[in-house]
Amino acid sequence: MSLAASNRKLLIKLLLGAVAMFAFAIFVLPPIYTLFCEITGLGGKTKGEYTAVDVRVDTSREVTVRFVASNNAMMPWEFRPTMDKVVVHPGEPTEITYFARNTTSEDMVSQAIPSLVPNNMADYFHKTECFCFENQPLAAGDHAELKLVFIIDPDLPASVNSMTLSYTLFDITDRTAVPVAQIQ
Amino acid sequence: MAHGPATLADGWKAYISRWVFTTNHKDIGTLYLWFSFAMFILGGAFAMIIRAELFQPGMQLIKPEFFNQMTTMHGLVMVFGAIMPAFVGLANWMIPLMIGAPDMALPRMNNLSFWILPFAFAILTSTLFMEGGGPNFGWTFYAPLSTTYAPESVNFFIFAIHIMGASSIMGSINIIATVMNMRAPGMTYMKMPLFVWTWVITAFLLVAVMPVLAGAVTMMLMDINFGTSFFNAAGGGDPVLFQHVFWFFGHPEVYIIILPAFGVVSQIIPTFSRKPLFGYSSMVYATAAIAFLSFVVWAHHMFTVGMPIAGELYFMYATMLIAVPTGVKVFNWITTMYKGSLTFETPMLFSIAFVILFTFGGFTGLMLSIAAADMQYHDTYFVVAHFHYVMVAGAVFSGTAAIYYWLPKWCGKMYNETMGQVQFWVAFVGFNIAFMPQHFLGLAGMPRRYADYGLQFADWNMVSSVGAFIYGGAQIMLLFNVIMTIRNGKPVADEKVWEGAEGLEWTVATPAPYHTFAKPPQVK
Repeated sequence: MSLAASNRKLLIKLLLGAVAMFAFAIFVLPPIYTLFCEITGLGGKTKGEYTAVDVRVDTSREVTVRFVASNNAMMPWEFRPTMDKVVVHPGEPTEITYFARNTTSEDMVSQAIPSLVPNNMADYFHKTECFCFENQPLAAGDHAELKLVFIIDPDLPASVNSMTLSYTLFDITDRTAVPVAQIQ
Repeated sequence: MAHGPATLADGWKAYISRWVFTTNHKDIGTLYLWFSFAMFILGGAFAMIIRAELFQPGMQLIKPEFFNQMTTMHGLVMVFGAIMPAFVGLANWMIPLMIGAPDMALPRMNNLSFWILPFAFAILTSTLFMEGGGPNFGWTFYAPLSTTYAPESVNFFIFAIHIMGASSIMGSINIIATVMNMRAPGMTYMKMPLFVWTWVITAFLLVAVMPVLAGAVTMMLMDINFGTSFFNAAGGGDPVLFQHVFWFFGHPEVYIIILPAFGVVSQIIPTFSRKPLFGYSSMVYATAAIAFLSFVVWAHHMFTVGMPIAGELYFMYATMLIAVPTGVKVFNWITTMYKGSLTFETPMLFSIAFVILFTFGGFTGLMLSIAAADMQYHDTYFVVAHFHYVMVAGAVFSGTAAIYYWLPKWCGKMYNETMGQVQFWVAFVGFNIAFMPQHFLGLAGMPRRYADYGLQFADWNMVSSVGAFIYGGAQIMLLFNVIMTIRNGKPVADEKVWEGAEGLEWTVATPAPYHTFAKPPQVK
């Protein structure tokens, strides 16, 4: 093989390597990270629906759970928890609600994204029912009480006596193919 | 014999065309070196503004918003504009000469990889004049500071980073291709000078991680403009992911900066010790080991994000492991000098200072690697002092040594030795006055990246600023010395400029002709 040809061959190989690393950074690293956080319970992302298996309620302990709501920059709805905090015993199912009002004159669909602090305790916060498991359609001017039932795991490390659950509301109307009326 | 390069005597047009269209590795090396020096002066000017503001507590000269832009731009310009292109310039000049190649493997791409750089930095610098100011989120541009809360000019910053990345990747591919395909007959891998070895390993690091940086800024771009949520917690993303992606690039990046510096020093110390380099093969393996380890330690920059204890322990021990191959290198440099016939010309002075100060910076790095202690040191001036010891006393000192060492070969004239040694002592003393006190400030709790500080930090900050001005002055002396050498230095005719120098680059005429090794040399 001539020198020019072998140089070109090496150039193509290395360029492909660089492109592969670029793809790795965008398409592989974030999913790996999400998966890693899901398995290890790091990163403050609470999990999907939980089926209660353990009815043991630890009345000797109290955990304060605070609720926070925020809107994504593009989201005009009114969105807030109906209570700032509750004090619960680990193992005890607790129901709370969030309030949402579509303040616009258009039908919209929203999605709430949860986050928990301390962010390595997400594995101990179980949701048996949550409005965040599905999207929330609201007609123009309409409002709704959004329900959440959660259980704090009795195995929660003793050092933790308070948690903060936050929801951020996103406008996903554009991404929903079905008209709002049909979802409702 | 091929025709020579156009000079000013051929008219301005021909002269400019020569530099714009050149595919000659020496011309491109020269362009890289001058460009990086210009960026060094620009980044240095930013540093002078920072130190002038920090001379006294309180706000005197600039607004805090502008201060943030200065710290960010100082870091970006120095890392991507000054240090990296300087070593690419040295690689362009020296690698073909050292391995007996007539030119780089891909000369046209070489031209392209240089000429996109000035545009990248013009774009980056222009952000300072835009409404809302330039990047103000630190050179590590952590999300969401650099996404949700960034000034609008952030898109220009992202584009500039893309161009720099493309330039680095092309430059690295060129170096790899040159070293793998263009070596003279008999120049086996284990006969290559250490500068070539460290650069080829660096080039592989660059090809592997510059695309990751490009990926990180691309994800930022999508988050800012296209509604994705890679780093936005509100949308199900995670800002900590940004830190992982950034440092997956960023840690190899610091070795990208320092490995070629190791190579330079490994050329200079044997020359002025008049002994071959001690432990050549262990140097090669140590370099490869450092490069490998650089991929598995990134999260030691993020001990405070809330990692599980197992993660902290892993990253702590893995980081400490890097001290082993680095220790091998320091040992070999010292052993090379041991019982050598030492002389202390300027390049040697800078190289010895490199070994001492880099080792010092390495030790503070070991302190920082202790996860428990890092909780205290994190984001304080102790970190600032640490990385300036390895980047300035490491990379910049070795770059300065390289310029003094090879300048006579490049232009056929000897620099003024007295002026060189004076410059060394001014730089050495100024550097230590500037950065040694920052260790004390950091240990006492002064956080980095603030425009103001508590009164208890006033004295050492004043000392540090004075040192910074002295060190800045030393760079003007370097520039003056180089210009004086080129204009009216004493001509050198000897092929071997330094009596103890070994290697193919010292077998060509002085100054190095425009075309060398048209017929490959035979290496025994």
